[in-house]
Amino acid sequence: MVEPHKSEEQIIPPSSLNPDKIHTWPFLVRVEFIVGLLVLIFLTIWSIAIDAPLEEPANPTKTPNPSKAPWYFLGLQEMLVYFDPWIAGVLLPSLIIVGLMVIPYIDINSKGSGYYTFRERPFAVGMYCFGFLILWIALIVVGVFLRGPGWNFFAPWEAWDPHKVVALTNVDLNMWLAQTFGLDFLRNQVVAALFGLSLIGGYYSLGAVFYLMKVKTNETLQKLGPVRYGIVAFLFLTMMALPIKMVLRWTLNIKYICVLPWVGINI
Amino acid sequence: MGGPGVVYRFMNLIQLKAKYEEIRKTVVDSYVWKSIFRHGYKDTPRNRVLMTASNVFLHLHPSKMRRHGIKISYTWCAGGLTFLFFLVTVVTGVILMFYYRPVAEYAYVDMKYLQFDVPFGMIMRNMHRWAAHLMVILVMLHMFRVFMTGSYKPPREFNWVVGVLLLVLTFLLSFTGYLLPWDQLSIWAVTVGTNMARATPLLGHEGPFAAQMQELTGLVTPRYDARSLLTAGTVVGAPTLLRFYVLHCIFIPIAAAILMIVHFWRVRKDGGISGPL
Repeated sequence: MVEPHKSEEQIIPPSSLNPDKIHTWPFLVRVEFIVGLLVLIFLTIWSIAIDAPLEEPANPTKTPNPSKAPWYFLGLQEMLVYFDPWIAGVLLPSLIIVGLMVIPYIDINSKGSGYYTFRERPFAVGMYCFGFLILWIALIVVGVFLRGPGWNFFAPWEAWDPHKVVALTNVDLNMWLAQTFGLDFLRNQVVAALFGLSLIGGYYSLGAVFYLMKVKTNETLQKLGPVRYGIVAFLFLTMMALPIKMVLRWTLNIKYICVLPWVGINI
Repeated sequence: MGGPGVVYRFMNLIQLKAKYEEIRKTVVDSYVWKSIFRHGYKDTPRNRVLMTASNVFLHLHPSKMRRHGIKISYTWCAGGLTFLFFLVTVVTGVILMFYYRPVAEYAYVDMKYLQFDVPFGMIMRNMHRWAAHLMVILVMLHMFRVFMTGSYKPPREFNWVVGVLLLVLTFLLSFTGYLLPWDQLSIWAVTVGTNMARATPLLGHEGPFAAQMQELTGLVTPRYDARSLLTAGTVVGAPTLLRFYVLHCIFIPIAAAILMIVHFWRVRKDGGISGPL
């Protein structure tokens, strides 16, 4: 039996001590308790209503088409369309993890700590939203709902036809340039490799060019310094390489920018 | 039986309340009770503080906190719910371990056994799986929220790094568990996932410089490279199942638990839930 509190110890309203301090019990614990309870009720009902999937027994001789990774990796699996496995499956995931880890050390903007704001850190919020909502969540949605046999596109209302014919018209950038503009010297493997390497080098040096142009007038760049800025620029350009290759594939059917057959590296 | 006689069989309400008080006082003032509960429940500032400070579970919390930290609109409860779902998967997972054998001959059969023969087996499996999926969703949402509120900014930089490691471990927990039903869905999903490791530069037998590595070390072969470290063979087979089971039930949960301890500890040490300075 809880007595109503009319004791000698009167409750002091927290506001008179410190306007911003409240007791964890009851104010936080009750929120946690109620939210946890509601979520567990939701989970229980969901678990009664919907069974976990179980298909036929594992059969190493029968490959399903499509073979999909768990849904949370379908963004990574989607990258396999645009990059070779060692980039899509090893390099980029590693860079995502390392890139996330270095965020606190390269974001030296002291504003926006502890509250929601876009205006005080537009670049940081914009980049994270693009990476998370578009390149992670949207690609997961594509992988779950729009990819079918042969990893081809299928609208949700279309039947999955494993014999869907898709023209394999992808060409490497050097061949496309050679055909479109008659630049026949690009058909040579060595010339093409040098051309591709210089393209990629040029792409990454855009970051350095931007820095050198703006560093005199831009206070943010001065504060960042060359090392931090270099990391930011590298991660940013690497992230943007994915949408760039996607657009090149959809519009011009470009497969590789740079082919180095001697070491088996294609980018 | 009804009628006026009924009234005399019970004490009246005032007597009943007095009796109740008497019993309550006896219990609450007893030596045993006081050895367990060290303070009263009366709503006083002192008891409010002791409520968290003298309870090992609630002691995760500070006894006082900033008004800002209890707003659901600020935290979305995402971090706490990620932890809650971790606890749900641990409890249901341990129950499943009583019935599941990580052997190629039995694994799938045991799934059917859980479904049709074990009392509440299916709901345990469902809760385990859906809580795991929800944990993955919520850990991503939690990271999104922490970024949006700038909660990784000084002094919380390192805790963000711990959080990223926990994100990776959450994915690995879910991925290793994915194989255990031993059905078509699981082995092919894990085949897709582990095949990525073939392409690891230097360490995968189909990756860049694989040939050079083989010449140098003689090690990077289909049977001995980054992928076979995961699959314990050239394909996803019985040895993979055992390996993933051990990772799923022992290695990764312990690693995640240790990192969670560090994560929660640092939340406190870095000044509690972030808020406007």
